[in-house]
Amino acid sequence: MHDTAAHRVTRWTLRLIVIGYLLFLVIWPVALVAAKTFSNGLAPVIDALRQPEVIFAFQLTLSAAFWAVVINTIFGVGISLLLVRYTFPGRRALNAMVDLPLSVSPVVVGLALVLVYSGRTGWLGQSLEQAGLQVIYAPPGIIMATAFVSLPLVIREVVPVLQEIGTEQEQAARSLGASGLQTFVRITLPAIKWGLIYGVVLSLARSLGEFGAVKIVSGGVAMRTQTATLLVEERYQQFGVVNSITAYAAAFILALIAVIALIIVTSLRPPRETSQ
Amino acid sequence: MTPSAGTVEEAQQPASTPPAGAATNAGGPGDRHRLRRAKSATSLTPVSGLGLGIALMWFSLLVLIPLTAVLVQASAGGWSAYWDALSSPQTLAALRLTVGTAVLVTAVNVVMGTAIAWVLVRDQFRGKRLLEVVIDIPFALPTIVAGLVLLSLYGPSSPLGVNWANTPVAVFLAFLFVTLPFIVRTVQPVLLELEHEVEEAAASLGANRLTTFRLVILPSLAPAITAGAALSFCRAISEYGSLVLLSGNLPYSTEVASVRIMSSIEGDKLTEAAAVASILLVVALIVIIALDLISRRVARYA
Repeated sequence: MHDTAAHRVTRWTLRLIVIGYLLFLVIWPVALVAAKTFSNGLAPVIDALRQPEVIFAFQLTLSAAFWAVVINTIFGVGISLLLVRYTFPGRRALNAMVDLPLSVSPVVVGLALVLVYSGRTGWLGQSLEQAGLQVIYAPPGIIMATAFVSLPLVIREVVPVLQEIGTEQEQAARSLGASGLQTFVRITLPAIKWGLIYGVVLSLARSLGEFGAVKIVSGGVAMRTQTATLLVEERYQQFGVVNSITAYAAAFILALIAVIALIIVTSLRPPRETSQ
Repeated sequence: MTPSAGTVEEAQQPASTPPAGAATNAGGPGDRHRLRRAKSATSLTPVSGLGLGIALMWFSLLVLIPLTAVLVQASAGGWSAYWDALSSPQTLAALRLTVGTAVLVTAVNVVMGTAIAWVLVRDQFRGKRLLEVVIDIPFALPTIVAGLVLLSLYGPSSPLGVNWANTPVAVFLAFLFVTLPFIVRTVQPVLLELEHEVEEAAASLGANRLTTFRLVILPSLAPAITAGAALSFCRAISEYGSLVLLSGNLPYSTEVASVRIMSSIEGDKLTEAAAVASILLVVALIVIIALDLISRRVARYA
């Protein structure tokens, strides 16, 4: 198309509007939080992060996110294989249902888990409590809430790759005598590797940052069930410089992890787009 | 991603041996019809049937049973209790604010999301890769941090000299922030695959840029924009974390549906909480079904 002066004006206007919009909505606010965190230098931030409550909160967040991601990876790869490679009654319904957790409010997720797993009134929680397993206000509940909200992320990445690679290589391996497990480890897994890593990084980022659902199921007791995001909320709402710096320092670490995850994911993405 | 070499060679092997799983006659959930279809990879084998059973059990325990519990709890007090919970003035105000703001935000996203996707695909300039990361930040950033982030520019110590904290504007900004990626990310791949020839043909026939955009490009983007708009609406009405620090959660003014649910839970009024939650759930379900239908329609015409 001819690149006339009018077209250049349109293009520059659009470009400036978009950059301005992103500047005011994302870039400037995020930069301000980073600046505010380090407004008194590095030392207070490090002191804030070394408080036992902060260390505990990040450890709890990491371990809950780890287990949620492990569960979602195994479940996600399994469900993806079933959805793409097999036919069974209800497949289309299941295919639509696995996306549901992304559209459910975190608060509704928390409420739903409390209704079923609360030791006091829950459908299953009462029997589980008698069997010695406390779910709500304990780590298992935090893991379940985290697994719930990040459940579709692995599936959404793996399903398109499985559809694209087809079954020829898998069938060939099977015809040469490979077992189901061998075929999966040698053929399928290497083929879906990048989609899987992409999904796992996204799940991890989502899991580390979960707030609403975890707030309801965990109770948020410091040094017992308080995760990093809950700590940010609590400290921000308390008075005093130390609390404020702690809130910003913890928020900064969470934001940093999110941005690093994004950069990893973005650097993985281009090969997928150019292959089409 | 490129598949490893050797496809042709391996594919020439006749697939005569039945899959290992199908050879065993062990009864399992997937063993419902005994006709073994050796060459077909599509019917369930005992092993995959067992896998499906375990996966469904976990999915039910984690997602389906708890969400059903919300609906059961909502109906626990009967129809009149359900109606009372929803028609209290405070709940109605919260629902009105949530849906109204979500509609407004989705409208902004339809315009800005399409514009951003357009710039990312069709424009070339230094730092464009950086914008790609910026678009996804709201998706990856913990929502509580998102609230803190918006507070720094639009809160009490704003360098712009505004203070929108604890006002309905804060709700609008929070929704706008968390829904930023949806339309961009659904429109971008469609725009990437759009043929330049069609646009050039339209231009050569005398259509100006606006006409080309309206009559040629926009119709092909419409399904993607609709899908992104549905996702962004869904995300907005369910938002909670970014509002906690930002909006002040003032009844009748800045209290949204999910905050209303939270205060009901904290007040141990689970039936009331479940009633409002059921509304959000039904909307989410409708959107999921609509998206499924849209993607099917698009696939048919593709």
